[in-house]
Amino acid sequence: MGKLFAIVLVIIALASAYPIVTHMYVMPEDVSTHGHQIDEQLSDTMAEAGISFLLAQFVLAIFVWKFAERKDGGKLKNFPGGAKIMVAGAFILVGTEILALGVFGQRAWANVYFTPPRPDALQIQAQAGQFAFYFRYPGADGKFGAIYPDKIDEGNQNYFGLDPANDIESRDDIVSAELVIPVNREIHLLMHAKDVGHSFYVRELRIQQDFVPGLDLSVHFTATKIGRYEIVCTQLCGLGHYNMKAYLNVMAQDDFEKWVKQKASEL
Amino acid sequence: MEEASDQQAHVHPPPEGFLRKYVFSLDHKVIGKQYYALGLLAVCIGMALSWLMRFHLVWPTTRIPGLELLSKAGAPGGIITPEYYLSLLTMHGTLMVFFVLTNAPFAAFGNYFLPIQIGAEDMAFPRFNMMSFWTTLVAFLVLILAFIIPDGPPISGWTSYAPLSAVGKDAGPGMGWGMNLWAISIAIFCIGSLLGALNFIATTLDLRAKGMTLMRMPICTWAWFITSCIALLAFAVLLPACILLLLDRAAGTSFFIPSGLVVSDRLQAHSGGSPLLWQHLFWFFGHPEVYIAILPSMGIVSHILINSMRKPLLSARVIIYSMMSIGFLSWMVWGHHMFVSGMNPFSSLLFSFPTLTITIPATIMTLIWLGSLYGANIRINAASLFALGFISMFVSGGVSGFFLAQPSIDIVLHATYFVVGHFHMVMGVASLFGVFAGTYFWFSKMTGRMMNQTLGQLHFWLTFIGTYCIFMPFHYLGLVGNVRRYSSFVDDFMGPLMPLHKFITIAALGTGAAQLIFIFNLIYSRYKGVPAPENPWNGTTLEWSIPSPPPWNNFGGKHPIIYHDPYQYDVKGLKGDYIMQDSPEPSAG
Amino acid sequence: MRTKQAFIAGVAILAAATMTSAVPGGGTVSGKVTYEGTPAKQKPIDMSKEPSCAKQYATPPPTETVVTGPNNALENVVVYISAGAPDEPPPSQAAVLAQKGCRYLPHVLAFQVNQELKITNEDQTSHNIHPLAKINREWNKSQPPGTPPISDKYDKMEFIPVKCNVHPWMHGTFAVMKNSHYSITGADGGFTLPDLPPGKYTVTAFHESYGDQTQEVSIAGSETKSVNFVFKAKPY
Repeated sequence: MGKLFAIVLVIIALASAYPIVTHMYVMPEDVSTHGHQIDEQLSDTMAEAGISFLLAQFVLAIFVWKFAERKDGGKLKNFPGGAKIMVAGAFILVGTEILALGVFGQRAWANVYFTPPRPDALQIQAQAGQFAFYFRYPGADGKFGAIYPDKIDEGNQNYFGLDPANDIESRDDIVSAELVIPVNREIHLLMHAKDVGHSFYVRELRIQQDFVPGLDLSVHFTATKIGRYEIVCTQLCGLGHYNMKAYLNVMAQDDFEKWVKQKASEL
Repeated sequence: MEEASDQQAHVHPPPEGFLRKYVFSLDHKVIGKQYYALGLLAVCIGMALSWLMRFHLVWPTTRIPGLELLSKAGAPGGIITPEYYLSLLTMHGTLMVFFVLTNAPFAAFGNYFLPIQIGAEDMAFPRFNMMSFWTTLVAFLVLILAFIIPDGPPISGWTSYAPLSAVGKDAGPGMGWGMNLWAISIAIFCIGSLLGALNFIATTLDLRAKGMTLMRMPICTWAWFITSCIALLAFAVLLPACILLLLDRAAGTSFFIPSGLVVSDRLQAHSGGSPLLWQHLFWFFGHPEVYIAILPSMGIVSHILINSMRKPLLSARVIIYSMMSIGFLSWMVWGHHMFVSGMNPFSSLLFSFPTLTITIPATIMTLIWLGSLYGANIRINAASLFALGFISMFVSGGVSGFFLAQPSIDIVLHATYFVVGHFHMVMGVASLFGVFAGTYFWFSKMTGRMMNQTLGQLHFWLTFIGTYCIFMPFHYLGLVGNVRRYSSFVDDFMGPLMPLHKFITIAALGTGAAQLIFIFNLIYSRYKGVPAPENPWNGTTLEWSIPSPPPWNNFGGKHPIIYHDPYQYDVKGLKGDYIMQDSPEPSAG
Repeated sequence: MRTKQAFIAGVAILAAATMTSAVPGGGTVSGKVTYEGTPAKQKPIDMSKEPSCAKQYATPPPTETVVTGPNNALENVVVYISAGAPDEPPPSQAAVLAQKGCRYLPHVLAFQVNQELKITNEDQTSHNIHPLAKINREWNKSQPPGTPPISDKYDKMEFIPVKCNVHPWMHGTFAVMKNSHYSITGADGGFTLPDLPPGKYTVTAFHESYGDQTQEVSIAGSETKSVNFVFKAKPY
């Protein structure tokens, strides 16, 4: 029975590793300027964790194969070196891993969160509410109108709670259900939650950030490839959570300008 | 400490009558069994809920006959609505984490075996002990009540993030009275667990038999002791958090709700609260809770492994110190649940390091277990198979933690199925493997009958392979960016992943069905099993020195005296290759 | 789209007229509802979040909170007898709200107290119906595709805003009426309340954005009295 355990375990370990090694399930191609660092960090970690995983399972399998239900009647013995070598081994092995991944790996995090957006980054406001995203562009005046939550009127497309009757700055604000951005230009996304917690996750952009009600958060990123990508909510926000999504539309600069003009004319 | 055994001058008479013996019992053994039964009931419900969820995810338009009877609004025509899916998800998580993973390995086995293993007649505070079980049962009933009320169970997940959980019924179905019941239930559960933890600590410190020094306690006793220290601190944080949540919901306070929120077209009359406060409080409890679930299983598995290997671990002390350091580190890592929550990005770095550091004691333990297997003579039975399976599962679930401990990787893996796979393996399955191992090991002591080995080993193989089939693919889904907590997958993106989801669902239904073997075995062996001897596994610790099942006062009024470290195996003893802890014969070493 | 809506409204009126306990050949109140000023633009609705709905439209459908017709006609105004007529038992037919193309058809649905309300989902996506009732019982239910219609009744008169939590642009109104004397204006802003026995009545016109107005009217015999309403429109 011990041998069966060993065989089953080896099969499980190999079968578990197979889809990883053959890259059967990988994230969609990265279209951001920072994403490659995250991807590298992920594959480095995968290599180290994968080796640890296989090693541990194989050692377990081998030991159970050899030492289960022994019929030889041989004397029991201890692993040479005993506990000390285990403790030292764990400290050295894992310690190096922590140093390698933990310390050097923080660069990827730092690049996303510790570098401020460029001053010429395009500012767009994202609002998350049950269960849709809306995006606001400041319009010709370059200023966002103020938000008055009591003015929100979704049936009339006033998703942000603008007050164009009294607030001139809000009159030219463009509101869109799609996040339309120009390619290769840094975007500074200001995040606003209308009701409960939500999250902004674009797989291709390697960006995930929560919307927290009452907290002004922002992310910045640059998309490098024209295309249409999905924005999904990843923070449980209620019954429509599964269907809370929007599209990120990355356009050439010309097309983006055309789109802005067209949107402005609809106001 | 050693004079503790002398103070038991007064002798309690055995309890009379059915109610006193089996229902409102003060006997730690009965209370342990009661906790076990409650955990078993909760795990059956929780598993049934996960079946419904898995079924709905892959066959969303197939009617589930009879489901309409459970909730007409939640499953009109037998088709689960998005909110009911979230209700199932919330109840599944809450039942499993609180009423199964906290109850079974810790409260159930701990209650039964901790006093016996230290040579005590009962817990330090038997009445407290009874109270903690009955409080926990009330918490369970209050939670289950949410299924029956018209509002339905809450939909905010077992983490109940504010403000979704705080703003009341505007947030959606189930967020009215359903959510209130959840918060009340968890608050009551906290009280029960606090009472239990206090009792465990007092018992361990004060009631040890003569000669039972701290380092002579079996590893599982140590695990329960460390766990109760963690539980005492953790539930003491969750309890006020739940009370604050209830105040926000019912009394108009704004601990977790900022101003200007418009939910369901209604401007909420709150201002000044912080949603992140809830997350901090919750995870300050929530991360130690993970160790409350896993540490007892680590202890149980070590205990069983040593017995099955017929030789001591390379070092029991190192295991105990590792468990202590895990317990200690568990207090400074809660922020790793919140890397992308809007917390200051610098604190993410600070939380990342202790999280990665936990890998060190965890690896030490794994290496000690593995290294100890070398040169052993491992007896294979249902208990030892589950203990070996635990090691495998702990490694598998542990390595994925390495990804999630890094904030940069967490950007892409947060809230995906990768996380679901990770915690199900390491906290759920690994911990339950400890419970299974413990059950097969101790059933004889608890009931006086041996558990059927054939059924037990069949149960192991199906469960071992089955759980890998369920939870390994979760990681793959996560690596593609499949988001968790979605009631259905509406995107084109999901198309290629659906076969894998179907595979998981079929594996889940099959593995779930395999658990019926276990339940059948429990019932069958309880009545028809082979009568168990006092020490069927040739164990060394005190529970094997008394009859199976033990008399009501454990040691029949005698006070055991401890002469040895707990695991004297691979020696020349009077009875064989082992020396019992309370045997005065000299130790060979 | 608008003609279809007018058609449905028409059917509703016809149905209402044939089922009531009103006096055939009684008096009639009719008239027209108009606006003055500049109403808000009907803006195109971007449904890109829900592709299965978005693809049903060649051009995006407009918002319906204020719908106007030629000659300043104001559509979707509920005109009803708010005082003077006795309460009536509900008709046996159900009032039907359809969810199609991620919109409510009709946008304003009028029905009587205790009349059966049926809500159907004709889309491939799950909808959520959340009538924000204040006087009546509030509820909030999802309706996945392929599930049976949701049935409900309201036992008190109320104008109830209805929203879909999943699709924020979906907003409509339930008008729960005490009697069968009501009418919803179409594209021409016209309404007719027939079969009124002689007596003094209060006629009320309700618009979801502009609120309500009332006028008193006396009916003798089978005469037709003309009553017109003018709402003040605002651009924002």
